[in-house]
Amino acid sequence: MKLFEYQGKEIFRKYGINVPKSFLIEKKDEIKKIDMPFPWIMKAQVLVGGRGKSGGIKFANSMQEAEKNFDEIMQMEIKGERARKILVEEKIKIEKEYYLSFFLDRSSRQYLMMFSSEGGVDIEEMAEKVKKIYVNPMIGLQPYHLRCLPKEARNIASKLFKIFVENDCELAEINPMAVSKGNIIALDSKIIVDNNSLYRHPELPKETSELTPLEKEAREKNISFVQLNGNIGVIANGAGLTMATLDALNEFNGRGGTFLDLGGTDNPEKVKQALELIVKAKPKVILINLFGGITKCDTVANGIIEFMKKNETPTIVARIKGVNEDIARDMLKDYVIAVDSFEEVAKKAAELGD
Amino acid sequence: MAIWVDKNIRLLVQGITGHQGQFHTKAMKEFGTKIVAGVTPGKEGMVVHGVPVYNSVEDAMEMEPNASIIFVPAPFAKDAVIEALDAGIKTIVVITENIPFHDAMQFVHYGIYKKARIIGPNCPGIASPGKSKIGIFPNQIFKEGRIGIASRSGTLTYEIVASLTSFGLGQSTCIGLGGDPITGSTFIDALKEFEEDNETDAIVLIGEIGGTAEEDAAEYIERHISKPVYAYIAGRTAPPGRRMGHAGAIIMGGKGDAKSKMEALKKAGAKIAKFPIDIARLIRDDKVI
Repeated sequence: MKLFEYQGKEIFRKYGINVPKSFLIEKKDEIKKIDMPFPWIMKAQVLVGGRGKSGGIKFANSMQEAEKNFDEIMQMEIKGERARKILVEEKIKIEKEYYLSFFLDRSSRQYLMMFSSEGGVDIEEMAEKVKKIYVNPMIGLQPYHLRCLPKEARNIASKLFKIFVENDCELAEINPMAVSKGNIIALDSKIIVDNNSLYRHPELPKETSELTPLEKEAREKNISFVQLNGNIGVIANGAGLTMATLDALNEFNGRGGTFLDLGGTDNPEKVKQALELIVKAKPKVILINLFGGITKCDTVANGIIEFMKKNETPTIVARIKGVNEDIARDMLKDYVIAVDSFEEVAKKAAELGD
Repeated sequence: MAIWVDKNIRLLVQGITGHQGQFHTKAMKEFGTKIVAGVTPGKEGMVVHGVPVYNSVEDAMEMEPNASIIFVPAPFAKDAVIEALDAGIKTIVVITENIPFHDAMQFVHYGIYKKARIIGPNCPGIASPGKSKIGIFPNQIFKEGRIGIASRSGTLTYEIVASLTSFGLGQSTCIGLGGDPITGSTFIDALKEFEEDNETDAIVLIGEIGGTAEEDAAEYIERHISKPVYAYIAGRTAPPGRRMGHAGAIIMGGKGDAKSKMEALKKAGAKIAKFPIDIARLIRDDKVI
């Protein structure tokens, strides 16, 4: 789960990392209540990167300017995302900018600290200037790790490490981190918390605006679901098989509109819930590709039939393989277009979606 | 010979009294796995499909298990893995899904320190047809043979194994490495063992988007693998920044897309399958077995 900048900065504050003085606003009339000398920096609270380049950060030197900025920021779409909140901050005099982050490195299976004495820009653009220090998760951050950082950055690095570990982060990043009048200040925050750990972090915000309304509904129902751009609703079981089904569709010029992983269930109720979700995404065709090892095909068929009896459903092309597949095929013959193979089901769905 | 699991496995099932634990204890026994004990704290004295249940791994050690499979729910999984490692168990398969990444990181490193092999988490396990299975793969898809398989996926692996079997191409060992970003065993571990295994003639890798495990594997293949390698990569059409079901299946910061994985593997000499069933077709047409 990505946190908004203001949420990350709240955590920074809690751990004693300096952040600029700020006010979080949602409505225009809140601007008047801001008790802070100009100039201000007004920052759209969105989760996508590249906010500054898209115009989501604006300066204000007067009330009028602040109000004009407010309207502009709230109306703009930043890479498909709209801000619902604006963080208004005091302007900090920057003497130097650093980059600092901790991150779970998959390849080495260790924590990775990255530091650069040139902050403020995209980390990928300054790859050569980045210092990389691996930290063993059983041992943790040691003083010698910190000694390769400039003196003034060491204390903040150990605080950021504490945040990273205690909040189960995938990434905790400060970019830029400013030196200003002898102080070190986090000008931005980027924190990604591991979703699997949320059960032990009730204190963290629940806001998940990175999801579409349907994706939120799916999450509440514990269904693994991603909304895509195409017009073919895809249901399969297992993440790999679902991805492979979408890829196969693409080979036949079909466009997947949903990724729905039914998981290892043959519970008819779950099948019904999955179909409900898919239908709400308004696909032209639904493709069901199940490879049951343990999943019983006839129970899945039952779920499909029960749903179709009560609901207007687009054409379903299905390939269901596994225990009791013959029974399932027989049950479904008046309801769906049944095909035998992986390739055929993709081909047929792509044709119908065209 | 097969790799990692064979007839000598004496299995412990941690979380044996749960729904999954009970179901798969039965299925693994039917496959031919020797299961000697189960653990569920507070349930000592119970018997699950003929297997005695103990309160702790330490108590269960009187049955001399040498491997463990973990069905314990995510919040308690780290504890269960460390308990098994401390009791001296050297092969541990973690089936549990949704384990916090920091927990997995810690037990993976503790496993390295204890010189143990951990497979998973969030994986279907490992099976050597005709010998033993520690996992949740459906039994009927397998056939004894000479193809080694390592995969980051579950059902997609079943799909590919079943198509191999239907072509008469049997398997030596099939390993599900797991769909999480942090796993105990990697493609490289599997490749190394398959290369040395005299019962394996060809190697199949089933990868997906996210991370650089396939690129790392490609580099290893180029330098160390003489046996033919076949690969399928899922997620060619997945949008960046979205987690596609598996916690590890995400293209992040410009890294982990399918194209780079397929190119790396192809460059290393692996044959790339367009559809899952093409793996079986390619191996059949190459007549390597």
